[in-house]
Amino acid sequence: MSITESDTVQFVRETMLDEREPPITAAGPVGWARTNLFNGWFNSLLTLVSLYLIYWLFAAILPWIISPTWNAGSLTQCREILAEQGKTGHFAGACWGVIRERWLQLLFGFYPSELYWRPILTFVLTGVALAPVLFSGAPRKLLYVTAAIPFLMPWLLWGGSVWVPICIGLGFVIMFFANRFLAPVMGSLGALVTAVVLAVLWWFLLSGSVASGLAGIIPIGIEPVASRDFGGFMLSITIGVVAIGLSLPLGILLALGRQSDLLIVKAICVGFIEFIRGVPLITLLFVASTLLNIFLPPGTSFDIILRVLIMVTLFAAAYMAEVIRGGLAALPRGQYEGADSLGLDYWQAQRLIIMPQALKISIPGIVSTFIGVFKDTTLVSIIGLLDPLGLSQGIRSDTNWNGIVWELYGFIAVIFFIFCFSMSRYSMYLERKLKTTN
Amino acid sequence: MTTVTDPPKTAFRLSMLIYDTRYRSMTIQVIALIGFMLLAAFLISNTMQNLANLGKEPDFGFLNEPAGYDINQRLIEYTSQSTHLRAAFVGLLNTLVVAVLGCITATVLGVIIGVLRLSSNWLIARIMTVYVEMFRNVPVLLWIVFIMAILIESLPAPRAFRGENPEATMDLFGTVAITNRGVYVPEPLFSRGFGDFSVFGAFEVSWDLLAIIAVLVAAFWAAGRVKAKADATQEATGVRPTTWHMRIALMFGPVIALLVALGFHLGYPELKGFNFAGGTHMRNSLIALWLALSLYTAAFIAEIVRAGILAISKGQSEAAFALGLRPNRTMNLVILPQALRVIIPPLISNYLNLTKNSSLAIAVGYMDITGTLGGITLNQTGRELETLLLLMLVYLTISLSISAVMNWYNNSVKLVER
Repeated sequence: MSITESDTVQFVRETMLDEREPPITAAGPVGWARTNLFNGWFNSLLTLVSLYLIYWLFAAILPWIISPTWNAGSLTQCREILAEQGKTGHFAGACWGVIRERWLQLLFGFYPSELYWRPILTFVLTGVALAPVLFSGAPRKLLYVTAAIPFLMPWLLWGGSVWVPICIGLGFVIMFFANRFLAPVMGSLGALVTAVVLAVLWWFLLSGSVASGLAGIIPIGIEPVASRDFGGFMLSITIGVVAIGLSLPLGILLALGRQSDLLIVKAICVGFIEFIRGVPLITLLFVASTLLNIFLPPGTSFDIILRVLIMVTLFAAAYMAEVIRGGLAALPRGQYEGADSLGLDYWQAQRLIIMPQALKISIPGIVSTFIGVFKDTTLVSIIGLLDPLGLSQGIRSDTNWNGIVWELYGFIAVIFFIFCFSMSRYSMYLERKLKTTN
Repeated sequence: MTTVTDPPKTAFRLSMLIYDTRYRSMTIQVIALIGFMLLAAFLISNTMQNLANLGKEPDFGFLNEPAGYDINQRLIEYTSQSTHLRAAFVGLLNTLVVAVLGCITATVLGVIIGVLRLSSNWLIARIMTVYVEMFRNVPVLLWIVFIMAILIESLPAPRAFRGENPEATMDLFGTVAITNRGVYVPEPLFSRGFGDFSVFGAFEVSWDLLAIIAVLVAAFWAAGRVKAKADATQEATGVRPTTWHMRIALMFGPVIALLVALGFHLGYPELKGFNFAGGTHMRNSLIALWLALSLYTAAFIAEIVRAGILAISKGQSEAAFALGLRPNRTMNLVILPQALRVIIPPLISNYLNLTKNSSLAIAVGYMDITGTLGGITLNQTGRELETLLLLMLVYLTISLSISAVMNWYNNSVKLVER
């Protein structure tokens, strides 16, 4: 150290000062509140107003919700219980007795109560079948359940002879083996066409008589349940799951058709998509309830739920097609060219290169279409099916519960919310998982 | 030793239709066309035969028969003796009314909520998130019946307004009566009006309304010209002439003058007997549908607006600030023009959804076109095919025209790429 320096520098601190706590106004809860709630007079005002609104809302709703009417058997009883507590008037308290008495009906409609295990088993199996599709961690063997569920589900729900779903499933087995064994002989295209023709022949000419013959010899079956007994959330979920499951492959085909170079195929797809998207679902449901039988050969008449399923599936497929088309359009041109330069044919390119990326891009859209379809199943109450909303009208016309409004709507809304909200969270999880960029 | 030769020119063989890529697309298209036509022919012949069996050959003559039912909300003259066609037209107007009202409210609400969701205020942002999730995850039909129930159950009956010391009073200085039968608002009246004129002898249009619209359009055009001139002056000289007082006068002066000339006054609702008379009666069904559709669609619009604003990278606003632009000019000149490109297409498709969802009016008894043509007319005449065809055609026309507007807009704002 030179002399001049030691003369000019008079003080050098040799130890570090201890860190001090930040001022209480800048850290901790107070600091957080200052930066997030009270920065500036306008935000402070907004905070206070919204705090008051929240208080007002809870003060109005909570006393209504917390109401000791769980065991009441009718609205009159509810009012008596509430009057004992000194609560009278229109919004004295909720009458939860209606939920206790009718929740099974809201879930299953008029499905025979001794057979409730069937829809429950169906939905558990559907969950198991969906697991390997939804979560990559699930064991792959569960995919066998996924393959079986399209045949198991209608059989379990509607009942009847076990041979009908087996015979329908056999058609696919025929198609698979015909394709595999004919391919070396006839070439891939010829084998595919022959396999499809064979399966169609089996379904239309043989399967019906084989199924009834087998049922005559070995009668195994479960009690059939008529469609008019279906209702409640079971009906919503059935329609939702079937429409969602079928609309995705149909939508992919329609999207590919719309993007293709084949003019006529493209025109047909565009026409179909624009027509379906241009009309409200309710008009399509009117078609299902009044017209669909007229379009079919005289004398055919099939089940109202099946007709609704067809229309909802077509509706969902058109929306799905547009979502997937967006994904296809967002894919860089180089991906298509890369696939071509590798010598892949059209379907190989779609399966290995285009679709995995396009579907990934369109996940948010696909899931919001799913949510939309599930919410739209409530529309079937307008054509007289007993979904939760339709049932709630029936319950309100019961003399015991005449005048009940909020409890039923609230219950239905909460269940729909749980389903739709978890679907949207799942899509966020999937987006995060599949994100490949930084 | 090999020689280079032309590829062998083989004669056309039938198998080339499948294995040669030059012909394969032709083959596929022809097969698709034939299949499509076969399917269409199958469906049409079935329909014809079935209808013939039922004795209901397609016939649109029923449209000219008297409808025989009443429509409680109508914008044009209609009685139960009017034709089914006219009933359908009244329904169409009702659909358009609720769709336009809903689109406007949903946009306003949606933009506010979308911006507030990005607010730095933690509480406000959370409340708006709850709002959006609540409305997006519950079916719109449930919201419609729910709001209808709120209106019917929680509002006072008209008789609550009676007597010396009534339980309920009219709002907004005694001009608006909110009852469980609907909302009664003041109606505009003209003491020196021009009267109505008839269009094709089919319905009446008020001259007063047309005059007001014409004057408003002209005034806004003139104000626009003044602004354009000020812009030009600013471009040329760098000094912007003060024009705001002139523009305000141009915009509102002529209309106020016209209203005074027409003798504009408000007709207030009054309690007469057991119900209100005078004023405009907005039925519960209209209000429930309007509110439910607006609140529901607003949640979707909020998400679109939020995504649009987030899509503009932070660098854009930072660059604008670096250039010295104030926050509101940054928003107007930098963020919004770019965000709108992202926002507008999904926004319009949400308008389309709202219009289609307005067909749920049938659940609360609002007489839109689904309620008249697809509801009562269908049930009374039993003409399912014809009514549903017309109904779908109407909705298709609305949808396709909105889509056309959207495509035009998309093309006009599209970024020009290489």
